[in-house]
Amino acid sequence: MSWWHPADIGLALREKAADIGHAARLFLRLIGTLGATFKRGRLLSEQVHFLGNHSLAIIMVSGLFVGFVLSLQGYYILQRYGSSEALGLMVALSLVRELGPVVAALLFAGRAGTSLTAEIGLMKAGEQLAAMEMMGVDPIQRVLAPRFWGGVIAMPLLAAVFSAVGIIGGWVVGVVLIGVDPGAFWSQMQGGVDVFADVGNGLLKSLVFGLTVAFIALLQGYECAPTPEGVSRATTRTVVMASLAVLALDFVLTAMMFSI
Amino acid sequence: MAQFQLPDTLMPSHLPDAFVELRGVTCGYGDKVILEDIELTVPRGKVVALMGTSGGGKTTVLRLIGRQIKAMSGQVLLDGVDMAGVEGETLMAARRRMGMLFQHGALFTDLTVFENVAFPLREHTDLPESIIRDLVLMKLNAVGLRGSRDLFPSEVSGGMARRVALARAMALDPELMLYDEPFAGLDPISMGVAARLIRDLNDAMGLTSIVVSHDVDETFLIADHVVLLANRRIIAQGTPVQLRQSEDPFVRQFVQARPEGPVQFHQPAVDLAHDFGVAR
Repeated sequence: MSWWHPADIGLALREKAADIGHAARLFLRLIGTLGATFKRGRLLSEQVHFLGNHSLAIIMVSGLFVGFVLSLQGYYILQRYGSSEALGLMVALSLVRELGPVVAALLFAGRAGTSLTAEIGLMKAGEQLAAMEMMGVDPIQRVLAPRFWGGVIAMPLLAAVFSAVGIIGGWVVGVVLIGVDPGAFWSQMQGGVDVFADVGNGLLKSLVFGLTVAFIALLQGYECAPTPEGVSRATTRTVVMASLAVLALDFVLTAMMFSI
Repeated sequence: MAQFQLPDTLMPSHLPDAFVELRGVTCGYGDKVILEDIELTVPRGKVVALMGTSGGGKTTVLRLIGRQIKAMSGQVLLDGVDMAGVEGETLMAARRRMGMLFQHGALFTDLTVFENVAFPLREHTDLPESIIRDLVLMKLNAVGLRGSRDLFPSEVSGGMARRVALARAMALDPELMLYDEPFAGLDPISMGVAARLIRDLNDAMGLTSIVVSHDVDETFLIADHVVLLANRRIIAQGTPVQLRQSEDPFVRQFVQARPEGPVQFHQPAVDLAHDFGVAR
């Protein structure tokens, strides 16, 4: 039997459709846990701490270096047009609108998403989720929901930190090392960055990315085969799928934000 | 295979006040049928053992009762209520009446022994911390692990983990206890302790217990009624004494742990000569 046998294609389609159905159901259930999760603030704040604080180091270091590079490359281009004073504006806009949300989300998928997938997957493999069910406790509500909403809250905060540190990095290279006028650097930034159109849209993006990454990570953990290779595959899938989803969604969101 | 028959008066379906009943249950995973047309009655207050070869569907019975899987046909009744139609909050409430001991304990690895036992109490009650503390220590004392309250699951032995899980399963004072292989992988001392605990808890707290096991000696020691599963069906049941005296070839093979008998050492396979390429 060759791989394009109609029955194989039918089976593959059916399984895909079932997977999508499972994912959609889990997503709706997670969205439905909003109220109950925020009532149990301690569980939620634990997860914001775990996902957020533990990702701070990688986010800040990456933000700093992205800021350095942006400033160097930006200066190289802008000085051709004699507008190197606009360096601050360029660095800030690039970070706040684009690089902050996207790079922070990619790092978040690698740092926090993988740990979520592995944790849920191993809990499933150790029958901990089944044990919880048998106690009359819904594991989606008790285990998945705080992690989901924790991720949704942590992501915009991390993206904001990333952008802020990146701007400082840009200032270090642009003003301190290259010698761009500090007054122009900051005032152009202040005048050119709009709170709603730029900062607001950036935050909105990172909120969507947080939702996406946390959901993909939890889904992979929850649906994985409860074996060592099942968990390892799920972890890999989390990084691949979350990264692709973030980049694709970024394009869609940017296009939508331009058209409004 | 001849069905091992008990006198009518001893057949469990004639016992009054059944707590768990399986009526003509067929179930499985996907297309694979694991259990076929199972009739099982668990009387209130008794310890019923489900025995049989590995992979024979013993654990599946527990998963059916806990409604982690649904029967393909037939009814699973808990205290007279058909579990098939139970969903959502009602299902959670039904599960709160049972405690299940998983094969490897399934303790929450990120919580201490104390917090593991406190977990169901914290989730289902609004009791003040001082009362939760007392309840947890009482449960831990009952399994002899009051002193190990601050250890993490990774720091206790397999037998101890099983006892912590037992304390956790009992935290909400269930009416029905389900034990999945409570003796597997335990040393003889821990095994004896576990068996004694199951029997004593059942009698002291007025529980109903279902024990899935393949350890003949330990199980026969504590069970009121033993059910033998093989080939997807119940092939024999009765008191431990009755099963020991049984002339049924499968029962004899199982109880006396003989390698030869109706259950073959070799799984079905193609012809030996053919597999090794020496067939002509």
